[in-house]
Amino acid sequence: MGQSQTAADKVITIEKLTKSFGTHQVLSGFDLELSRGESIVVLGRSGSGKSVLIKCLIGLHMPDSGSVNVLGNNMLALDQAELDKVRARVGFLFQGNALYDSMTVRENLEFPMRRHMSGVTPADADKRVRETLAHVGLEDTIDMMPAELSGGMQKRIALARTLILHPEIILYDEPTTGLDPITAREISSLMNHTKQTYNTSSIIISHDMKCVEQTADNVAVLVDGRCHALAPYQELARSSDNKVRQFFD
Amino acid sequence: MSRFVFRYFSEVFRPRYEVGQFIRQCYVIGYLSLPLIGITGFIMGLVLTMQLRPSLMSYGVEAQLPVMVSLAIVREIGPVITALIFAGKISSGIGAELGSMKVTEQIDAMEVSGTNPFKYLVVTRVLATTLMLPVLTILSDAISMYGSYLGVNIKGHTSLQLYFIQVFQTLHFGDILPATIKTVFFGFAIGMIGCYKGYNSSKGTEGVGRSANAAVVVSSLLIFIIDLITVQVTDLLGLN
Repeated sequence: MGQSQTAADKVITIEKLTKSFGTHQVLSGFDLELSRGESIVVLGRSGSGKSVLIKCLIGLHMPDSGSVNVLGNNMLALDQAELDKVRARVGFLFQGNALYDSMTVRENLEFPMRRHMSGVTPADADKRVRETLAHVGLEDTIDMMPAELSGGMQKRIALARTLILHPEIILYDEPTTGLDPITAREISSLMNHTKQTYNTSSIIISHDMKCVEQTADNVAVLVDGRCHALAPYQELARSSDNKVRQFFD
Repeated sequence: MSRFVFRYFSEVFRPRYEVGQFIRQCYVIGYLSLPLIGITGFIMGLVLTMQLRPSLMSYGVEAQLPVMVSLAIVREIGPVITALIFAGKISSGIGAELGSMKVTEQIDAMEVSGTNPFKYLVVTRVLATTLMLPVLTILSDAISMYGSYLGVNIKGHTSLQLYFIQVFQTLHFGDILPATIKTVFFGFAIGMIGCYKGYNSSKGTEGVGRSANAAVVVSSLLIFIIDLITVQVTDLLGLN
């Protein structure tokens, strides 16, 4: 990134975020800022709280303390209607895709549109669905059920559903987990293509180092519930810090 | 559980109303259950008639067979058996479906897409079970009585018209209304238990199976408890 950022450029600001489940402290004072157009990969071991972190950002988990500001909104002080408005501007790609398995691909993509775009005509909806499917390269699957698609195709459809409302921010929860190396590389490329096409900012949760290298502007290393290090990939790759090195060795 | 029920009542009257999903659930829960409910109702009426005939013959009151069977079906057997069949099919289905959606994060996906999953998934299903079970019970009772009519005619001869004249001369408003009202409570309990078990499912696929199983067991037990309470209440009100 290199250049100075003003407060207005920050699309997500997380300060001193803490979250625990029972006696297990998952996040203990996590700080992070995401600038417009930036992609930050949060790197951490399994069970270190990466998914909990992005679920706190979108209101799926309520933090114990700290503050989360998304697109100028204090997420912890919003009522349900305000929260839904912010959620329409933030896409979330789930680790297991979370496609509605009782709906076709078309219905999966139309579902968020019906919630947030009340005036859209069926023709406009169809056009938008087809455009978004074309972006992920799966126009032909429009009338198929999720169960008929491969894992990689399901991931692309899930990304298409995330993109259907043209979000300003996308939160990716382990987007390449469970995919073969070739498909994982294709998904990483698609994420970069999406960033350029839709001008999105993103927080990506991953421990797939190929994906991290391919998609990250900056890498945040989550250790002991805190942001232990934040720097570009190449800089962290040269780090002598053992807590950072364990991910690169 | 009480919080879940309280949330249901706080959400059910508040917009946005998921009318399309409610109609779809009425179709899935009501219409698609009709063949099963119809077949069990028919067999129930037929078998009950065949079983009662020897006993009534021994007392010389065989002519009262249509009256005995219709009273038994309308007041007790019809509502309870229909509710138990309905619980087996619907409560387990809801428990498994919502449980599966829970563990595959589909409910979370619904929430981040700006949909209230409780309203979309729970309220519509509970409303549908509450509304559809009384309708299915009335249909099941009617089919049972037709089964009974055939049963009467296996070893005798009664015209359909005469059979139903006998039945409706005996049945009173007080027989039908309390029995129908209790199916509203049965339907509510079946939907609520199925949704509660599914919505709070955890521990992966094992948890989904457990939710489906628990939904059937608990809702079946609740049917008998509600039945016991309604009999006491209607007795106190002088409707029995």
